[in-house]
Amino acid sequence: MAAIESDVSAIIQSNAQESEHISTAKKLGLWNMWVAFTAFIIALPMGLYQVAERSDLFPALESAQVYYASISTHGVLMAYVFSTFFIMGFGYHTAGYSLQQKLWSTKFAWSGFIIALFGVVLAAIPLLTGNASVMYTFYPPEVGHPIFYIGATLLIVGSWFWSVDMIVAMTQWKKANPGKVVPLVMFGVTINALLWLWTSAGVAAEVVFQIIPVTLGLTETFDPGLARTLFSWTLHAIVYFWLFPAYIVMYSIMPKEAGGKLFSDEMGRVAFVMLFIFSVPIGFHHLYMDPQQAAGWKLLHMFGTFMVAVPTLITGFTILATLEISGRLRGGKGLLGWVSRIKWDNPVVLGTALAMLMLTVGGWGGVINASYSMNSLIHNTQWVPGHFHLIYGGTTVIMYFAVAYWLWPKIIGRALYSNKMALIQLWSWFFGMWITTAPWHILGLLGQPRRVNTLPYDTAIAALWDPYEMVMLAGSLLLTVSGFLFIINLVMTHLNTRKQDDMSVTYAVAVHQPMHVPKLLNSLSFWNWAMLCYMIISYGYPIIQFAFIGTPQSTPWSY
Amino acid sequence: MMAIHIHPLERKWLFVIAVIILLTWVVQLYYALNKSTHPPSNVEVIDSVRLHLNDGIGGGEFAETNLGVKRDKNGQLRVTMVAARYSFYPQEIVLPLGESITFRFASFDVLHGLHVPFSNLNSMVVPGYISEVTTEFTREGEFPILCNEYCGTAHAFMYGKIKIVAKEKFKL
Ligand code: HEM
Ligand SMILES: [Cu+2]
Ligand SMILES: [Cu+2]
Repeated sequence: MAAIESDVSAIIQSNAQESEHISTAKKLGLWNMWVAFTAFIIALPMGLYQVAERSDLFPALESAQVYYASISTHGVLMAYVFSTFFIMGFGYHTAGYSLQQKLWSTKFAWSGFIIALFGVVLAAIPLLTGNASVMYTFYPPEVGHPIFYIGATLLIVGSWFWSVDMIVAMTQWKKANPGKVVPLVMFGVTINALLWLWTSAGVAAEVVFQIIPVTLGLTETFDPGLARTLFSWTLHAIVYFWLFPAYIVMYSIMPKEAGGKLFSDEMGRVAFVMLFIFSVPIGFHHLYMDPQQAAGWKLLHMFGTFMVAVPTLITGFTILATLEISGRLRGGKGLLGWVSRIKWDNPVVLGTALAMLMLTVGGWGGVINASYSMNSLIHNTQWVPGHFHLIYGGTTVIMYFAVAYWLWPKIIGRALYSNKMALIQLWSWFFGMWITTAPWHILGLLGQPRRVNTLPYDTAIAALWDPYEMVMLAGSLLLTVSGFLFIINLVMTHLNTRKQDDMSVTYAVAVHQPMHVPKLLNSLSFWNWAMLCYMIISYGYPIIQFAFIGTPQSTPWSY
Repeated sequence: MMAIHIHPLERKWLFVIAVIILLTWVVQLYYALNKSTHPPSNVEVIDSVRLHLNDGIGGGEFAETNLGVKRDKNGQLRVTMVAARYSFYPQEIVLPLGESITFRFASFDVLHGLHVPFSNLNSMVVPGYISEVTTEFTREGEFPILCNEYCGTAHAFMYGKIKIVAKEKFKL
């Protein structure tokens, strides 16, 4: 961390002539992203340990206590800390460069950062000491230490500061630039900030009104059915919150890095708006197997769930077309000749292609999860962690890496330590993900339940699982090595004596760069109201019902 | 309303997307309505703390003496089971192949889940609620009935046994 600190002060000195909003963007970007990648590299070896422990191949590792403390910590760090800080850092950086205006309050932004970081440190104490082994989903009536929930709440509150910052930034820019089109990259970031405010409200309500009062002894009982319903409100759209920056980078940064132009700016806006409106009100696909919600609501959410495939299918088309344009501009001819002309040695371009491949396969898995009745074959089996490691750990995280390779030199002014190492790292992450998640999916189809630290089942089925455990272990090793290669490259970049030449941060232009777009694709207020209506329809009755169905409440349990 | 610029090829792709989504909806709806493969959605409450008593909501349905496999007056097979740390009760049951069976589960303590591999018997068991699922088995043999939701540090040890036998061999 010392290296980072000296870099931060170096930025301030060497860029005395640099405008204030740019140095703020750099500093907030760098600090948030370093917290993110630190969380990542702490959590990564835990994953490897978990695969090893679970396989029953290493008797010395066997310990349920350590295993569950580990997967709770790994889950919280990867799902909440890594993602949130990365997204905040990317957002601050984008706001500074794309809008070229001052943040309305730098103090406010740093306050949010400090609150969130303090929350993480608080939550880490019970997690690491085995006092909050309740998983990142912490479903009642099992509860952990109150400090865990208070820390997690502070992380969310801190991230709300960021959301407000993004929304205020876009609003101020529009005031100062009447009639102009908000840059696509910032439109995406801001809509994701609004998405996060909506998304996080469910879990915030659950923790603040149900769990914290019980863990502090202020109330005695709660309703686990309501808790699961509120959590489902958050659980689906949160994955879109994580995925959003990956899409934004594909639309706004990749085309230029590829030496081409974006196929369509407007369709990007359409996709962003759809991701927002379709991803929140559909959380019931996480409750298909739950008894506390009726079939009609589950069907309604099922219809909505398939709608989120639309923006992803649009994105697939636009990004593929963009890659083709870049290949042809670089001299590619014929039906497929352009493929070999693409700048595969650029981390952002390579990352995009690898991410798309993982998304395509992972997306088909998602169709099965989302199916009203097929879900029962795989619900809560190892298929599920296999699925989200492929889409989140694969598609999304590989884009986070790509962004870092692109951004770090431009933030700290030193050239990337090794581009070759970066390419090797992206490829190894890609292959590591396949080797890990393919058997993981199969284990699920073979009936292995998730979140088990050992496989004691005395039936023939358990014997079917062993070979897949071994393959997973090999994949996990490769992933762990790849993750460290990434961090080493970043740290070495801080120590690099070679200066970065190209410090400019510019965003892609489209083939037809729009001078005007309809108000609906340039503003959030209509969509915000639309979300309110859609949420009342899809979550109104299902939540209100708990006031009158008369569930006998549960007392809290330890684990 | 200002029009936006959409490439003709992209227009075609949007049409393809619409067809894909519509088809998916139709298939989903068809199976939901016709094949009656419904996940548990009965929204029925029960007092988990007094599950074993004959008073209160549920009227002793999950009392120890009432657990297990029974045939109701309409001839439908019914299985009543309790999930509690760390097993399913009764711990072992025998059921016939290819016959519709209604399962009813309740939790005695925390959140559990259950899954019988290679079948679509899968359900959450949420304290305060009864989960009802109707399904039939298509494979003969001995299967574990596994808890598939983290319910405490011995979660991996929570399983029962379910034996599927040919219809002729099944006796109550
Ligand atoms: C070396 C790479 C990794 C390995 C070997 C690994 C392995 C694992 C394992 C074994 C589990 C427990 C699954 C279970 O018992 O059900 C787990 C959970 C989890 N992993 Fe990873 N993981 C890795 C990287 C990642 C990455 C990069 C992310 C996301 C950024 C991630 C996110 C999660 C989350 C959110 C959980 C919690 C799941 C739960 O509580 O059920 N992991 N991981
Ligand atoms: Cu979801
Ligand atoms: Cu369990």
